[in-house]
Amino acid sequence: MVNLKINGQDVTVPAGTTVLEAARTAGIDIPTLCYLKDVSQTGSCRMCLVEIKGGRALQAACVYPVAEGLEVYTNTPAVRNARKVVLELILSNHDRKCLTCERNRNCELQTLADELGVTEIHYEGVRNEYDVDQLSPSIVRDNNKCILCRRCVNMCKNIQTVGAIDAIDRGFKTSIGCAFEKSLGEVSCVNCGQCIAVCPVGALREKDATDDVWAALANPDKHVVVQAAPAVRAALGEEFGYEMGTPVTGKMAAALRRLGFDKVFDTDFAADLTIMEEGTELLHRIQNGGVLPMITSCSPGWIKFCEHNFPEMLENLSSCKSPHEMYGAVIKSYYAEKAGIDPKNIFVVSVMPCTAKKYEAQREELGVNGLQDVDSVLTTRELAKMIKEAGIRFTELPDEVFDDPFGEAATGAGVIFGATGGVMEAAIRTVADILDNTSHSEVEYEAVRGLEGIKLASVEAGGKTIRAAVAHGLGNARELLNKVKSGEVEVDFIEIMGCPGGCVNGGGQPIVSSKDRMDKDIRAERAKALYSEDKNLPLRKSHDNPFIKKLYEEYFEEPGSHKAHNLLHTHYVARDKH
Amino acid sequence: MAKEAVIPFKGTAQQEAELMSVIAQHKDQDGALIPVLHQAQEIYGYLPIEVQTMIADGLGVPLAEVYGVVTFYTQFSLNPKGEYKIAVCLGTACYVKGSGDILEKFKELTGIDVDGCTPDGKFSLEATRCIGACGLAPVFTINEDVYGRVTADDIPAIFAKYQD
Repeated sequence: MVNLKINGQDVTVPAGTTVLEAARTAGIDIPTLCYLKDVSQTGSCRMCLVEIKGGRALQAACVYPVAEGLEVYTNTPAVRNARKVVLELILSNHDRKCLTCERNRNCELQTLADELGVTEIHYEGVRNEYDVDQLSPSIVRDNNKCILCRRCVNMCKNIQTVGAIDAIDRGFKTSIGCAFEKSLGEVSCVNCGQCIAVCPVGALREKDATDDVWAALANPDKHVVVQAAPAVRAALGEEFGYEMGTPVTGKMAAALRRLGFDKVFDTDFAADLTIMEEGTELLHRIQNGGVLPMITSCSPGWIKFCEHNFPEMLENLSSCKSPHEMYGAVIKSYYAEKAGIDPKNIFVVSVMPCTAKKYEAQREELGVNGLQDVDSVLTTRELAKMIKEAGIRFTELPDEVFDDPFGEAATGAGVIFGATGGVMEAAIRTVADILDNTSHSEVEYEAVRGLEGIKLASVEAGGKTIRAAVAHGLGNARELLNKVKSGEVEVDFIEIMGCPGGCVNGGGQPIVSSKDRMDKDIRAERAKALYSEDKNLPLRKSHDNPFIKKLYEEYFEEPGSHKAHNLLHTHYVARDKH
Repeated sequence: MAKEAVIPFKGTAQQEAELMSVIAQHKDQDGALIPVLHQAQEIYGYLPIEVQTMIADGLGVPLAEVYGVVTFYTQFSLNPKGEYKIAVCLGTACYVKGSGDILEKFKELTGIDVDGCTPDGKFSLEATRCIGACGLAPVFTINEDVYGRVTADDIPAIFAKYQD
């Protein structure tokens, strides 16, 4: 342990701690912009300047390691003045249209200007002007708002190992963008949206779909059906003041109904359907010498990453569509028939924790008979905006349930899809029962839970050992696949989620500020909401879902049937590395 | 918004083999990118997307990072040089004597921007820092030919001499 003084106060912290972290533990806030725990620690924005006794100049607290006897001052006239100058200089080249900005009242730059008491900007001068990049179906980049903190670059390059963006040019002309100034829609960006999640300002946002959804809701000829993914209920509450990790399933269903959707369905049901199809596919591959390891295909960011970076492994991907796409296909076939509605008049909206789902919904192979499975994708953030715009008092809503014919009987297996390891655990619950021809009472598989980057586990069932691996975040996925290719890791089944922590930390989830990220792990907090819901559900295995049984009886006959293949499975394309 | 290549890439198999051997020499070194870019520019004369892509793949570095480094250093060029290299001095003396207008005139006549090259590969245009001929300000050069004490009105006639 190291002893130091911050503003005269004694502080004891482990060696290797930075002055910024040490101050935080002592209840002292130091302003930051470029710093983001576990992602970005470059000391480049100079917001976190502090005085060190005996030091020649002010130092960046985010990269300054503590030392025995160090004396730090975070609130001297020199420090306050320097921070204010730094902030005013950043603001002088910023498009200050806060009122109409996506991140109004949720912007770290705006918050700092408020907290540091900036009432005037003394450095009026030339301002860079950029075209807004709107070509990507998922992500909009507006460099007029960018403060060059590089949190997005570090996330994209170092955590996700996608490397679609970097700093271009130098000095005043520096901007963040893709190679040869291409659009995000033209390069190997996988649309995961983690860049949006870490942006402190309004330089990155999702491609807005709320207008399309409002238009569909107002169209009397459209039967508008909505489905919401498991991870949405674990985070939507944050937009309405609930503590992180509070599930708001019932209020979410109530809000969706009040927005005017004709049917409110739960993507959990489709997660159960995915387990039936994917589990069957896995057993088929194991029993018939198919390509192994089989890799899950729920995460569209991961799928595009695989297509760009591991095109030789496309055969390893499960052919299953992702759950919301399966649901879209079922809604426009089975449900349309049952409800007597022409599928052409059905408009399917998916509420997802994910920006890559917007891209996925446009993939032409994800449709049947010329109709896309899903017509529009909203992020959790966009749903919150619509609820606010509609004047729905979310916290006052009653808890409601999802609609028939798919009912409220989602299982715990479907719910945990939203956390890393959840698909694997759900699959094991079903596959183990099938192989052992019994109903196991032990359903919690701790080995695949948690936040370790790569998790390995094996399960004994039906006299076989099924070896499993789980990776979350694309950097971990890349590492795992390289180990599989080299033979270092030998497994039968792999779950990969594109975002660190899985869908609960998806690129479409509510933004969490860098300060909050210092105090809590978003991935663990939100996952808790899902695991607690799983624990409380009467049914915890996908194959026990009575509506799933009914769907197979009435429509698909059995998992992997011809009809199931036609509606619930897809294929992939190799893409250029860049 | 993307920058389109004006000149089609004409790299040869021999150039590619040279580049590959440079990459192989540096592959596992830290900070290999900059020395490789230097040598690539010597081999090709400039660093178009095709060359940067080979370097990105060869070194296992994202293309965006390669491009970021290329655009950071003025020494690296994204465009080939033309058969005639027009270089207008924007040093202080030339600038106050009106070399800015001369540069604009050349942009207008060639249809290219600074650091660009005409699609036929004939002319490239550069804005230079002081070339040390302030007594002749404003000055520009076309290859080895030096022109001084000129005005923008003189440019069309001079330019015409190189357009056969």
